[in-house]
Amino acid sequence: MSILVIAEHDNAELKGATLNTIAAAKAIGSDIAVLVAGAGCAAVADAAAKVDGVNKVLLADNAAYEHQLAENVAQLVADLGKDYGHILAPATTTGKNMLPRAAALLDVQPISDIISVESADTFKRPIYAGNVIATVQSSDAVKVISVRATAFDAVSAEGGSAAVESVDIADDAGVSSFVGEELAKSDRPELTAASVVVSGGRGMQNGENFEMLYKLADKLGAAVGASRAAVDAGFVPNDMQVGQTGKIVAPDLYIAVGISGAIQHLAGMKDSKVIVAINKDEEAPIFSVADYGLVADLFEAVPEFEAKL
Amino acid sequence: MKVLVAVKRVVDYNVKVRPKADGTDVDIANVKMSINPFCEIAVEEAVRLKEKGVVSEIIAVSMGPKQSQEQIRTALALGADRGILVETDAELQPLAVAKCLKAIVEKEEPQMVILGKQTIDGDNNQTGQMLGALTGMGQGTFASEVVVAGDTVKVTREIDGGLQTVELKLPAIVTTDLRLNEPRYASLPNIMKAKKKPLDTTTPDELGVDITPRTKTLKVEPPAERQAGVKVADVAELVEKLKNEAKVI
Repeated sequence: MSILVIAEHDNAELKGATLNTIAAAKAIGSDIAVLVAGAGCAAVADAAAKVDGVNKVLLADNAAYEHQLAENVAQLVADLGKDYGHILAPATTTGKNMLPRAAALLDVQPISDIISVESADTFKRPIYAGNVIATVQSSDAVKVISVRATAFDAVSAEGGSAAVESVDIADDAGVSSFVGEELAKSDRPELTAASVVVSGGRGMQNGENFEMLYKLADKLGAAVGASRAAVDAGFVPNDMQVGQTGKIVAPDLYIAVGISGAIQHLAGMKDSKVIVAINKDEEAPIFSVADYGLVADLFEAVPEFEAKL
Repeated sequence: MKVLVAVKRVVDYNVKVRPKADGTDVDIANVKMSINPFCEIAVEEAVRLKEKGVVSEIIAVSMGPKQSQEQIRTALALGADRGILVETDAELQPLAVAKCLKAIVEKEEPQMVILGKQTIDGDNNQTGQMLGALTGMGQGTFASEVVVAGDTVKVTREIDGGLQTVELKLPAIVTTDLRLNEPRYASLPNIMKAKKKPLDTTTPDELGVDITPRTKTLKVEPPAERQAGVKVADVAELVEKLKNEAKVI
């Protein structure tokens, strides 16, 4: 049976999480189609056609799909996906918004956030904030799956030469419309794709103090994240939250500054290769997962760290 | 207008759950159970809309074993008006929950259904979206702001890149994110009053819903444990280790 992968994009660029999702698809089978649904997104389809392992690209270019409204895209995915054995999307906020809706239209119980493919119908996924890993087998005819990008090594964006087919379906459910977006603008790498992440927690005390972390991050070429406590306190915006219900990151180096290490935070970063914790409380749970722990006042340690780089 | 709020009984967020020794299931015998934090935010949002005069009646729905009554009572103490328990001891997967909710939506005809974006046990993040598909309603998931205006609702959503606002025709589905509100504590008089509020019980059978599980959990296991590393004495040692030992900077 063939596999349909839903591309993540912004109508201009194919997003990296798609490459990790295609990697998961390759672990299931070899007949892989990618759906690019959007508006004015032909360049994305061309990029998807070049991805290693992709056999076919379906391009649904219509105003109804411009902002990835779940009501419209889910209908399209269900219409196209019913003939596939598997439908995969990245477990991003876009994927998580749309995919369960498509699954319900197909009368399928989806499987969220898989971290490994055991066989064509059996997958592993974290539950209870990652404190337990469940092996789950699906009995549905179509398997609908969201993929945790950090658990799969991205396939190459080059090397493929798939054909692009236009799909002439325009599903506008007419119940929702796009009003606007406030997207964070940053010259730093994207949090989920960065090889180094510097995160701040409640210990940062206020938003201004995050400047220290931005400076450190810029020396390291790092992205900046935060714990839920720091976001809830209004120090930084929601898109910086790392954790069970925020972003999942797995960089080569994760530097946790003033973060105590609640299990909900650990769920979002404990698969990082090297973890550094800087905290003045030597009993902080973050030290139990840190490769290198520094018990120190962050307001002294962070500027010194930056100066020594 | 009438609002339906879904609440789930889950292991309290402070409990660190472990798999049973035989790997068949998680061990939740004798652990503290609570209302799912995202569901509590959903109840709070409904109560705030009622306080603003937008909402006239709040119905709290839960599904699961008889003890789920406790979580409905919690919702009633926070300000919901009445409760419905869909009682079953069988495993309920999100698709089945969405189907039960759909049956209740058809009966009660609420103008809005507010749910948590995910429960902290299964971490699925599916039910609201699936209820949207089954009812044809629009969905405002991961909400950080909900503004009702006439026959539409504007929902600001927490997305990976920042915030997005969508407008939905009512009736609509909203799923809550963490920043939507900070739930109040139930006062003692309200807890007492909640005991007298009506709570109806039904079953998936009575609702005409087939709840047969579609997925089977073959095994549960602990994740690969991370070993605590070393404490470094100062920043100089940290930098030295990162450069020469871990080779990550």
